Amino acid sequence: MSKKHIIVDPITRIEGHLRIEAVIDENNKIVDAFSSSTMFRGIETILKDRDPRDAGLLAMRICGVCTGTHYQRSIEAVEDAFNITIPKNARLVRNLIQGALYIHDHLVHFYHLHALDFVDIISATKADPAKTAQEAIKWAGISGYKPYTSAEADFKAVQDRVIKFAKQGRLGIFGNGYWGNKHYKLTPEQNLIGVTHYLKALDIQRDLGKMQAIFGGKNPHPQSIVVGGVTCVQDIQNPSRIALFKQLLKDGTDFIKGAYLPDIYMAGTMYADEATDKDATYKGIGGTGGGILSFMSYGDFKLDDTGFYEADQLFPSGLVLDGDISKALEVDTDKITEDVTHAWYKGDKPLHPYVGETIPNYTGLEKKDDGYAYLKTDEKYSWIKSPRYDGKAIEVGPLARMVIGYVKGDERITKYVGNFLKRANLPVTVLFSTIGRTAARAIETELMADVMMDWVDELAKNTASGDLSTWTEFDFDEVAVDCKGAGLAEAPRGALGHWVNIKDGKITNYQAIVPSTWNAGPRDKDGKLGAYEASLIGTKVANPEEPLEIIRTIHSFDPCIACAVHVMDTKGKELAVYKVDPNCTF
Amino acid sequence: MADKRYESVKKLFDAKSAKVETNRGEAYYEKLFKQCEDRLSELRELTPLKNRLDFKETIFDEGVNRRDFMKWASATTAMLMLPSVFTPLVAEAAELMNRVPVIWIELSDCAGNTEALIRSDGPKVDEIILDIISLEFHDTLQAASGHQAEKQLEEAVEHFKGKYLLFVEGAVPMAMDGLYGTNGAKGETFKDQLIRLSSDAAAIVAVGSCATFGGVPAAAPNPTDAVGVMDVVKGKPIINIPACPANPSNMVGVILHYVLTGQVPELDSLLRPKFAFGYRIHDNCERRAHFDAGEYVEEWGDEGAKNNFCLYKVGCKGPMTFNNCSIIRYNEGVNWPVGVGRGCIGCSEPDFWDKYAYERPMSNAHIKAPTGGVEKTVDEFGLGLLTAAGIGIGIHAAASIVGGKKSNEENQ
Repeated sequence: MSKKHIIVDPITRIEGHLRIEAVIDENNKIVDAFSSSTMFRGIETILKDRDPRDAGLLAMRICGVCTGTHYQRSIEAVEDAFNITIPKNARLVRNLIQGALYIHDHLVHFYHLHALDFVDIISATKADPAKTAQEAIKWAGISGYKPYTSAEADFKAVQDRVIKFAKQGRLGIFGNGYWGNKHYKLTPEQNLIGVTHYLKALDIQRDLGKMQAIFGGKNPHPQSIVVGGVTCVQDIQNPSRIALFKQLLKDGTDFIKGAYLPDIYMAGTMYADEATDKDATYKGIGGTGGGILSFMSYGDFKLDDTGFYEADQLFPSGLVLDGDISKALEVDTDKITEDVTHAWYKGDKPLHPYVGETIPNYTGLEKKDDGYAYLKTDEKYSWIKSPRYDGKAIEVGPLARMVIGYVKGDERITKYVGNFLKRANLPVTVLFSTIGRTAARAIETELMADVMMDWVDELAKNTASGDLSTWTEFDFDEVAVDCKGAGLAEAPRGALGHWVNIKDGKITNYQAIVPSTWNAGPRDKDGKLGAYEASLIGTKVANPEEPLEIIRTIHSFDPCIACAVHVMDTKGKELAVYKVDPNCTF
Repeated sequence: MADKRYESVKKLFDAKSAKVETNRGEAYYEKLFKQCEDRLSELRELTPLKNRLDFKETIFDEGVNRRDFMKWASATTAMLMLPSVFTPLVAEAAELMNRVPVIWIELSDCAGNTEALIRSDGPKVDEIILDIISLEFHDTLQAASGHQAEKQLEEAVEHFKGKYLLFVEGAVPMAMDGLYGTNGAKGETFKDQLIRLSSDAAAIVAVGSCATFGGVPAAAPNPTDAVGVMDVVKGKPIINIPACPANPSNMVGVILHYVLTGQVPELDSLLRPKFAFGYRIHDNCERRAHFDAGEYVEEWGDEGAKNNFCLYKVGCKGPMTFNNCSIIRYNEGVNWPVGVGRGCIGCSEPDFWDKYAYERPMSNAHIKAPTGGVEKTVDEFGLGLLTAAGIGIGIHAAASIVGGKKSNEENQ
């Protein structure tokens, strides 16, 4: 009887390059886990010495999935440095661009990056389409909405298509999946609903992408946000633009409420045993995949024009620590540090981002006799650092936002979370699990879709009243002499901070701590596990050869690894040491 | 000096956009038509690689509107710069796309091009994945992870040796012998993986600005010595589809062209397909008339902005950039960066982060000290002239003279 050390690389259906290694005991239970990113680009180094007005476009390329988020945070950091408050139209447009991203991103995450951890495509070929239609009506009923798909013929058509597809032998991107694994718990009919919505969601997301393009110019990587405001003045005064946005939002909302939420109820119910299995957790609270249970949010979506850090917010900022939902604390950003004990950088103590160093120190993987290269888990093993709040590992994301809003008694969030739990007939602690994390994202999507309809009306009303102001004027030469600022808010994946120092019109220092740095970081000097690592501890694995349970929990965080590993501050010069051929430029 | 300025401006604004011959004469098209017909009948004889449905069957099964499909085919024919008589062939090529397996790998990337791919219209994305292209491996969409994913990739490479199109997203970090990026349980570097998978590919399609020219990671000071695919892979046909991210219509266009003709499309000197990158943004811009009239947005949100004036003075690099954005736009034609009042950042051009991506004309660019390329470019465009105040007007005046038009400046 011995423990197994397994490597899962690549983790697919995520953004970026992530490796998980796990140690599984003789009872097929995960007893240790390591999270590692295997790619480094150095975007902060690239931002140094550039004009701060240009940083946003480049910072956006940190990630093509949460596209537009880094763009906005970067520009907000510069606006904070310049002390600029943007006009109402600009605030609303930014909220709409970012809101469109949230619902697009959450939907794509659930269906295209996560659903196949719950939905067995092959099992769907055995479903009875008539029963499937009944099943769809049932779950939509619990949700309280009209089912998006409920016709037997529609399910039959998808099933026929999948059967034909499967008969061809090679399954392409669906090939070599974990089909038939006993931890797939949905019935054939439920699986057919999942597959049907997977395909339908591919269409829906194309339309949701258009929402961002209406005011952003394109998606991915919109282009209309500038320091001081937005540029899309012709689009906000055009009633047909507003009407198209509303139509797309409405169609998207029908899918969110008629398919996404019901599917979450369905999966939540079928996996409720795992979501309440305390034995399978790191801390003995919640269920499988729960993890560290310390949450943070910077807050986001400004609801008035009093200023970036003064405005009332859709998602409140705060902290909930160690699963204690009796109280929420306020965030003090001075307490944030980054530890590099197990990250491929030099350094001997945790440092605040303002004084942080990032000097690459790649110590590599260990090649073993079996031909594989393993992480040197006692040493450094990831390109991601370990951020800590007051020394504590933190989880960020939709679950953090919903839990913090709920604990703080935010009226809107309490209502949406409360409705969800009431309908599903589950206690709030069920959220502290893999499925809970996934459910929180769906709850947030519904909330966002509803509130965006109000914002687009507010924008139309404001422009109709004659206010076409989209930009706050500033004198660059005057404000960019010597200043610093921070853009701290949320991305779909959680708390996102960009920090910028500016001198004589140039960026002298640029820092970002992104959601997946918090979630995917390795353990720290005290051996405290990162959020991914802790969430895997205790998980029972059906078949150690098939890492289904591992990827399911990791996917529930919605990893964005390119985001997490761009971190590289002002020490660009040291990098020259690593250059193989300094002339190797274009 | 004045002559030099004049010459450099003339060179910039008189550059011929239509480097592509849009009409090559009857004889040429007749020959091509025959060639395509032969190619398609050859493909038709092949089984659909035993792994995909026949798209033809699917369209009728799924009730995809035949008229919509033909409409798409005819638009795509135009995009590929072919006469309309080719439309039925393009439609047929779309139906036979499942004869061409695609393997898609990600290196130093942000997945932006993957996201763009799934916004594809025409053949809708569910059709692309299930029926049309034979997508054998794709990191971001792959059901299996870890060893099972690697096995799927290796099997596809083995099975389709010499036949697959290798799509590459992301740059290749060369520093530290490639160790800034690794894939898979063996810790293979991006560089080694790219070289290995390229050697068995029919052709390599570098998609997005990172895979083509190094893109973001290669921006100064290029911390990881990132380069594009064409700097690493030698001796194989390479097609570059730059832009950040690449337009999905151009991705589908390249595959279609390959199916249709069995060859890579005609490429420019940067290996970009001419059907997409033969156009200069500026020449097909909806705001071009305002440029010619000397009407500019002077600062964000001003009266000019409210009236959709030309964005040159707030940094639009449409005059320096070759891509078909101004014709096909993005997200099914919903909008594009000039439409949204921002302007072009030159994202389909090499080194655009160091040359073009700022909201000012080159005269007061305030750009980062470059590691290479930029001085040369500025020089090429006439440094003396470009540092002069009011360059937009200056260039406009010169351009108008060059073009033999009456200049507004003269009136003033």
